[in-house]
Amino acid sequence: MESGDVGYLGLAASLVLVAVALTISRRLRLRLERDLVVSVVRGLVQLLVVGAALAIVIDPDTSLVWSWLWVAGIVVFAAATVKRRAPAVPGLFWIGLAANGATAVVGFAVTFGLGIFPVEGRTLVPIAGMLVGNAMKSGIVVVERLVEALADGRPEVEARLALGQPWSAASRPIVRSALRVALSPQIENTKALGIVFLPGAMTGLVLAGVDPVDAVLVQLALMYLILGGVATTTAVTALGTVRRLFTADHRLVSLPRSTRDTG
Amino acid sequence: MSEAALFQFDSVSVGPPGARRLDGLDAALPDHGLTVVAGHSGAGKSTLLRLCNRLEVPSAGVVRHRGSDVAQRDPLELRGEVAMVFQRPVTFAGTVHDNLREADRDCDAVRGAELLERAGLDASFLERDAGELSGGEAQRACLARALATDPRVMLMDEPTSSLDGKATAVLERLVRQLVAGGTPVVWVTHSEEQLRRLADHVLLLADGRADRSGAAKEVLGDGER
Repeated sequence: MESGDVGYLGLAASLVLVAVALTISRRLRLRLERDLVVSVVRGLVQLLVVGAALAIVIDPDTSLVWSWLWVAGIVVFAAATVKRRAPAVPGLFWIGLAANGATAVVGFAVTFGLGIFPVEGRTLVPIAGMLVGNAMKSGIVVVERLVEALADGRPEVEARLALGQPWSAASRPIVRSALRVALSPQIENTKALGIVFLPGAMTGLVLAGVDPVDAVLVQLALMYLILGGVATTTAVTALGTVRRLFTADHRLVSLPRSTRDTG
Repeated sequence: MSEAALFQFDSVSVGPPGARRLDGLDAALPDHGLTVVAGHSGAGKSTLLRLCNRLEVPSAGVVRHRGSDVAQRDPLELRGEVAMVFQRPVTFAGTVHDNLREADRDCDAVRGAELLERAGLDASFLERDAGELSGGEAQRACLARALATDPRVMLMDEPTSSLDGKATAVLERLVRQLVAGGTPVVWVTHSEEQLRRLADHVLLLADGRADRSGAAKEVLGDGER
């Protein structure tokens, strides 16, 4: 067995850790056993399928069109996921599509335009996955935070609207706060890079036998891309979302968890 | 030709059928003095007030302000003319002066002190943290902030409901001064005592409709005011 290979036996051995999680869930009566098993099996099947498909797509003889289609699929799935997490926001799918699409476009423009990586199937799909995957998480955080903060903060927003402020000004403190909440984890991750954790791409490369310095360079380029992608997605998602939560005549729409009083 | 009403409600309904907050309301509020809108909880008082500055829109009917359809007005311009003080004082982060600048970007210390004086607070409040004011002080700071837009009409949505008796009396006196200065005020309350103390004109709501309306003397009777 080579240094980076795991093999099916190794994979089976790693399931011991799942058994640890199951034991903890049982002992503490968390009732997460079913979810744990489902997530492990689902993750296993999904990744095996993805691995097989990736092997085809990144083959140098396969047309790049398939890689681009895969990237498009990632962006669409990310948009659908964001939409599912905040159904109260009208048109959120399209906002998510624009936000994650913009992240992919900006990320690819920098990555390939500046020659950081070559345009190949083996770079396109994994980079899109990392970029959009991280950006999507921040997009979800910013949408959920915005909806909750606007519902709870309705009195302040309406006090501002009543002063004649447009929706953009009336919502600005809440949008800023939501953006800070969504961006902070990624900024903290970047700060703690190499000290608290060794990130995925680098770990994978080192395990696969790549020189650690080369692995670090790849990881740094990816981390900066992810940071930019997260910032792009959260900004586009936040601005798109908040626009949809106000009417054209500058009224805050009805939101779940609203605490407004009426006489 | 008779004077156009300050606000006129023509067959105004708000909310879905079966859960109307206002239900075919026909009423007119006069363009002078202090009009008190009263009624039990859920009668539609706050909803009526929010229609006046377009924080809500009717699902049926027309709301007119001095003769023009509110729906046809620029909402930001309308809200600049029709200010509102809410039930609970909502101050923004920062000092009282920062709060005033949210309403009038050019509000300097002189203008700020003048606005605070009209709201019964002295100039030393300008640099106070708005989050540390008492309930009564915060509500007066909100009144000063609403006055900073130089409104032509003032809407007051149960503004004393969270205040003690002393703070209530101060706010009522300040609003009386505002009315005496020529600014018509629409004041929502569920308190019959306050209705009798304050009203020049009365609109009584019940179940989203006008129950009675007119001059306070006629609607409430002379003796008890």
